[in-house]
Amino acid sequence: MAQETLSGWVRKLQAREISSRELTQLYLDRIERLDPQLNSFITVTAEQALAQADAADARLAKGEKTPLLGVPVAQKDIFCTEGVRTSCGSHMLDPFVSPYNATVVERMNAAGAVMLGKTNMDEFAMGSSNETSFYGPVRNPWDTERVPGGSSGGSAAAVGARLVPGATGTDTGGSIRQPAAFCGITGLKPTYGRVSRYGMIAFASSLDQGGPMAATAEDCGRMLNAMAGFDERDSTSVERPEEDFTAGLEQDLKGLRIGLPTEFFGEAGLDERVRGVIDAAIEVLKGRGAEVREVSLPNSHLSVPAYYVVAPAECSSNLARFDGVRYGYRCENPEDLMDLYTRSRGEGFGDEVKRRIMVGTYVLSAGYYDAYYLKAQKVRRIIADDFRRAFEDVDVLLAPTTPELPFALGAKADPVSMYLSDIYTIAANLAGLPAMSLPAGEIDGLPVGLQLIGNYFDEARLLGVAHQYQQETDWHARVPAAFA
Amino acid sequence: MEWETVIGLEIHAQLNTVSKIFSGAPTAYGAEPNRQACPVDLGMPGVLPVLNQGAVERAVMLGLAINAEITPRSVFARKNYFYPDLPKGYQISQFELPIVGLGHLDIELEDGTIKRVGVTRAHLEEDAGKSLHEGFEAMTGIDLNRAGTPLIEIVSEPELRSAKEAVAYMKKMHSLVRYLDICDGNMQEGSFRCDANVSVRPKGQTEFGTRAELKNLNSFRFVERAINFEVERQIDLIEGGGSVVQETRLYDPDRDETRSMRSKEEANDYRYFPDPDLLPLVVDNAFIDSVREKLPELPDAKRARFVEQYGLSDYDAGVLTAARDMGDFYEVVAAGCGAPKLAANWVMGEFSAAMNRSEVELADAPVNAEGLAGLLARIQDETISGKIAKEVFEAMWNGEGDADAVIEAKGLKQITDTSAIDTIIDEVMANNPQQLEQYRGGKDKLFGFFVGQVMKATQGKANPAQVNERLKAKLDG
Amino acid sequence: MSVDTSEVRRIAHLSRLAMNDDQARDFAGGLSDIFDFVEQLDGAAIEGVEPMAHPLDAEQRLRPDAVTEPDRREVFQAIAPAVEGGLYLVPRVIE
Repeated sequence: MAQETLSGWVRKLQAREISSRELTQLYLDRIERLDPQLNSFITVTAEQALAQADAADARLAKGEKTPLLGVPVAQKDIFCTEGVRTSCGSHMLDPFVSPYNATVVERMNAAGAVMLGKTNMDEFAMGSSNETSFYGPVRNPWDTERVPGGSSGGSAAAVGARLVPGATGTDTGGSIRQPAAFCGITGLKPTYGRVSRYGMIAFASSLDQGGPMAATAEDCGRMLNAMAGFDERDSTSVERPEEDFTAGLEQDLKGLRIGLPTEFFGEAGLDERVRGVIDAAIEVLKGRGAEVREVSLPNSHLSVPAYYVVAPAECSSNLARFDGVRYGYRCENPEDLMDLYTRSRGEGFGDEVKRRIMVGTYVLSAGYYDAYYLKAQKVRRIIADDFRRAFEDVDVLLAPTTPELPFALGAKADPVSMYLSDIYTIAANLAGLPAMSLPAGEIDGLPVGLQLIGNYFDEARLLGVAHQYQQETDWHARVPAAFA
Repeated sequence: MEWETVIGLEIHAQLNTVSKIFSGAPTAYGAEPNRQACPVDLGMPGVLPVLNQGAVERAVMLGLAINAEITPRSVFARKNYFYPDLPKGYQISQFELPIVGLGHLDIELEDGTIKRVGVTRAHLEEDAGKSLHEGFEAMTGIDLNRAGTPLIEIVSEPELRSAKEAVAYMKKMHSLVRYLDICDGNMQEGSFRCDANVSVRPKGQTEFGTRAELKNLNSFRFVERAINFEVERQIDLIEGGGSVVQETRLYDPDRDETRSMRSKEEANDYRYFPDPDLLPLVVDNAFIDSVREKLPELPDAKRARFVEQYGLSDYDAGVLTAARDMGDFYEVVAAGCGAPKLAANWVMGEFSAAMNRSEVELADAPVNAEGLAGLLARIQDETISGKIAKEVFEAMWNGEGDADAVIEAKGLKQITDTSAIDTIIDEVMANNPQQLEQYRGGKDKLFGFFVGQVMKATQGKANPAQVNERLKAKLDG
Repeated sequence: MSVDTSEVRRIAHLSRLAMNDDQARDFAGGLSDIFDFVEQLDGAAIEGVEPMAHPLDAEQRLRPDAVTEPDRREVFQAIAPAVEGGLYLVPRVIE
């Protein structure tokens, strides 16, 4: 049963081979039994889930066919869910029960999805290992001594262990793709503006983008159909006609031009074994008719430094609203207003969040703005220009998702080495491009992710390439033995 | 030493949209606390701003009215600081690229000369909430109903040279925003308020002195008094060997003084940066044209037209066009009675005096423009005299009906029947033989005595011109 | 670039984060490493380049001026740390 994919469940539900209630109960049981090993959920909403399942069954009985009707999913705890705690992995929002739904949640509800609960994450999505969560670290289902990646580590681990067939994630610098790679699943960060950010708690507004995480590209396309779409509540939401992201899945790869950015293969730190996996995946795609050539993204080495100016700057401002006045954590017995602010925030935020707030405050402060923030914004432009030029010659870019295998809990104590874990993913966020990770191999029982980066709004093509690859391989179908 | 005062004003005008600048919550004044604050206004997690078209239109309208450049691509920025009435920890404002660029406003000085005052810029931003200190022990209550109300901040060049000039500028801007109907101008409710940057320098010096920023001056009187106090303070300070500190000062109307705002002394570092939740605001020519079409006749143009069309003095035209509603009122009265000058005298005289006495706004006055025109028409057609008209107006103001009804009810119709007037004159002459004899003996001054007696006998209703004419004939006859 | 503890405390204050001396010392190291790391940007060829604030070259959309949000004060204030008479309470603000 753990083998079935989200798309498979959709077909079985539509065929009435299983009811949504049975399916929901099945996954709730798995969560109860297996999640103590992983800590992938912050909140499980069993009662609500079963009520939603019953409603879905009633709709199924009437022959309705919305894209996710009756399918259990999980929401990253960064998406506001009405009446359910939305913590963002932080002590600051531990008491926050949202009075409204994120647009993504609304859309998935409308598509008939059944929410099992809220998944664990790095605090305010700041982290690459899921170790910064107030609710404790999440563990990698392939090796529970290792991290699942972050910040959408709870979603990745839950899907990887098949505690849920699909989950949402958010990706500011790789937070969908890197954990997807570490947990052996497929995850897509759409083009900036595809998926509404309304009700998705902001980390870095110009970089954040929500997206699907599931076993297969087909599942991701199906989820994205429900998640994506214009939202008048988000000024940065893109007004485009509705699109079927599963439409290009069967497109063959003949003549597809794949670019290999030399900078993503040559840089120090790329594990040779990871490189070997990627090379093998390239051969698979060539075998399906794709043409492969090298391209250059000459400024990509500046991605991580530019990101660590832009993202903290935006975060320092975005997180100013958490002040202990209107909702969320408030310190005990504040002496005065300053004490209320500094202690509520000092006690409510963890160290990594504080570190980034301080970096952001600093780079925006008087006398440093030009030297840091403005410079980083300019670098951002030249990085985006590199991609624009590359896409004149190729259809998709292919690279490793991460330079290394899932690392052990506690292995990366200093911040900069942790930041470099996202060295291959960050550039796509700076440019706003769609990108995804899919499982492409295993080393020592640990999954390896393959990254595809597409041109703006080219998600359907990315999913098509991934789907064709998944027709030829079975990495996406593998489940860690302890959770099989 | 002779000192010169240098003043620049920052006027904050709330734009009279029905909803907030970045959310769909209502902006109406006076609701119970926090009943008009939605998640966007409360700075809840994950919520996002979307810009109100009505606010943009109003800003562009102001820009057109002050002959300013409209920025084709303006940018919203975040001004970051912590304060309980600022729920997001930042105010969305415009910093480097405001929607309205350099413009100007002409003001009239006391000696009647016109001074052109530069407007540096005007930008859109959101208002903050309110802190209420009354009624709580050691606590402050926060009401966020006002948070997110659209504001336009209009920044003048430091070209004002006295408190009186500053007030003239502020009054002119106040009149303008009400003309444009972009702001209700209600200063008690804080819809129109201002900060003043004040400095002094020795006359003839070109560099500016160190300025103090006077906060939240919410009446014309306070602006004048606060600036005057501050100028005196600065001059005294410098002449006493001290120097002015650049700081924010609050005007205390009870003590009539300004004092340093210690709580805001901490150096502010607002860390402005472009708001990533909002995209560049593009205002193209088509948009500007659509706003231009809605632009009403502006005060200066209307004033010139009143002089031209109605033959009024420039001064009277200025008084009547100071407020848009008064100008409109006047035009209805003038057209209704067919006597523009008479209408001007009455609107500025009896009518305005009655409004002041009753402390009512024009819209609430018990006599409307048509009613006043009806009264003046009766003066025009000589049904009543101007003197009787005042009595009729009084009755109309007290709700006793329109002019004709009052004239009828009180029997105030003018006597124009010559034989009736002659009869009365004969009676007066018969009753005052001594005066008649003196008059006929050459004491011409007594003519006035006979007029008075006739008017008295008719209770003022006799047509004065007719009385004059008939009296002359009979006395001299 | 090295950040000392007094600078850390200054930034922490501007960020409204309570911080004792030990914490400031700990953060100083991490922040210095980060600022050293981002100094790589100094070598970037960015002369004449326009800063990029948004990934997409789009314009602000305008919302019609209409009231769309109902009064939900009770719901919003049910999750507030301290309210009285419909007001959010904070320690006395002195002006």
